[in-house]
Amino acid sequence: MISKEEVEKIAKLARLELTAQEIEKMQKDLSEILDYFDLLKTAPKVKIEKPAVAKASAGGARIDEVLPRDIKTAEKLINAAPDKKDGYIKVKTIL
Amino acid sequence: MSDLTKLTIKQAHEGLKNGDFTSVDLTRAYLENIKKSDLNTFITVTEELAVQQAIRADERIALSKAEGQNFPLLCGIPCAIKDNILIDDIKCTAASKILENYIAPYDATVIQKLKAEGAVFLGKTNLDDSAMGASGETSIFGATKNPHNKTRVPGGTSSGSVAAVAAGEAAYALGSDTGGSIRQPASFCGIVGLSPTYGAVSRYGLIAHASSLDQIGPITKNIEDCEIVFEAISGKDKMDATSVKLNSDELQTTNYKLQTLRIGVPKEYFAKGLEPEVEKIIRGAIKKAETAGAKIIEISLPSTEYALPCYYIIGPSEISANLARLDGIRYGLSENGKALLDVYLKSKGHGFGPEIKRRIMLGTYSLSSGYYDAYYKKAQEVRQLVRQDFEKAFSKVDLLFCPVSPFPAFKLGEKLDDPLSMYLADIYTIPLKLAGLPGLSMPAGKTQDGLPVGLQIIGNHFEENKILAIAEELEKLL
Repeated sequence: MISKEEVEKIAKLARLELTAQEIEKMQKDLSEILDYFDLLKTAPKVKIEKPAVAKASAGGARIDEVLPRDIKTAEKLINAAPDKKDGYIKVKTIL
Repeated sequence: MSDLTKLTIKQAHEGLKNGDFTSVDLTRAYLENIKKSDLNTFITVTEELAVQQAIRADERIALSKAEGQNFPLLCGIPCAIKDNILIDDIKCTAASKILENYIAPYDATVIQKLKAEGAVFLGKTNLDDSAMGASGETSIFGATKNPHNKTRVPGGTSSGSVAAVAAGEAAYALGSDTGGSIRQPASFCGIVGLSPTYGAVSRYGLIAHASSLDQIGPITKNIEDCEIVFEAISGKDKMDATSVKLNSDELQTTNYKLQTLRIGVPKEYFAKGLEPEVEKIIRGAIKKAETAGAKIIEISLPSTEYALPCYYIIGPSEISANLARLDGIRYGLSENGKALLDVYLKSKGHGFGPEIKRRIMLGTYSLSSGYYDAYYKKAQEVRQLVRQDFEKAFSKVDLLFCPVSPFPAFKLGEKLDDPLSMYLADIYTIPLKLAGLPGLSMPAGKTQDGLPVGLQIIGNHFEENKILAIAEELEKLL
């Protein structure tokens, strides 16, 4: 079974706060699912040639250009932020 | 007036053309059904918007008629949109706590396309929380019920979209399919659902789940409607770099017939775990295709058993990256904290549901130092094996026929506390997604308990037209 410490480490990497109860349930669930993933160890070895979706994503990148957009869209995007000032999104202190 | 909500898109279009009824009549008929419904199909009903759009559609239709012109097939036809696809200025929750109050700041490309056709939006439909699940039960707005049996799940994650179309609460709907989220509920509710080829439909404005797998697709009453909606929403979009221009001239002009078709039946899809009643119905449908002249060839997709674990590594890995944006800073739920890290931890911790947390944890684990090679890298290799299986199959056959799900709609609550058994519900819908292929679910029959069973038709990349042409022929035989 995956340890409590390991669950806490992964949760920290994911920036996810978990309650003690959630950690306990996560230990059980993750262990069960990771055991099931062991099935992959029996799969034949292959070398990756290209991504499985290469054919579909052959569209390529678009030109890097400024596209005209309604100013209202920009306002709506800013407005969606919980904390803002003068048309900018505010963040908390980092340290 | 006969029941307007039973009409197909083509029939409703003819009615509008002949002046038998108006788009407002149609819209009100569907709104009436939504109001009477106890299935919990909609999260937001956009009645005011729908009626406005219907009035505008009626004006457009009148003008077209006066000028002797045609109007688009979807003009004035009321539809429902899964609540993870953005409609400008309308709430878009993804049935999640973290986006419970999020107002969409723009239209998804598919919505722009439908608006240009003159579509009428009845509202936003229920889904599993953040489009993760297989039963429609994890929505923060409560479970959707199966219209065929209210003690059963409708399937998921496009639960509300599918149940709404099956129950006459929308003429058609849009859903999204990452691992089976259109096809599995379509099978459980006895209607048609298409997961298009990866790249066939723009995902701009779809709330991201797993970006190498997500596709938007139609959910409809029959195959003809599916063709109409797919035609309207597909195509290259500069806002989605993975979308492609469909070079479908050749596909469209070819006249596909069961008589000249080679149908592959993958033996791994009929192995242990498939319920006998489902197998009987699917074999029966295959038999009908054979009687109509198709050549049935048993084939093997040997990597099938690896597809599910492969998906549950790749999907969650992409989820853990995609959902990092929901950090309490840009939009969505934001919890107060002393420093930036507190805001992240608390907003995510309080905003994400149990399945989302589970997948973020799985993904973060699979991508983390020390486990990357054993999980993520291995899954990418296996993904290639799965793709090669299909490549080989399509060198021998034109289409594949198989079940959508090993069982019909299960009971509400039955799998809710057992994540692994919920994952197994997608065992037949996942492999083709790993290869970026299109798959259709169409009704093939019902069990003795009256629960629908869907037949899955899988085609090669961008062969939606071939799938749909054959499905239309088969629809008349089943």
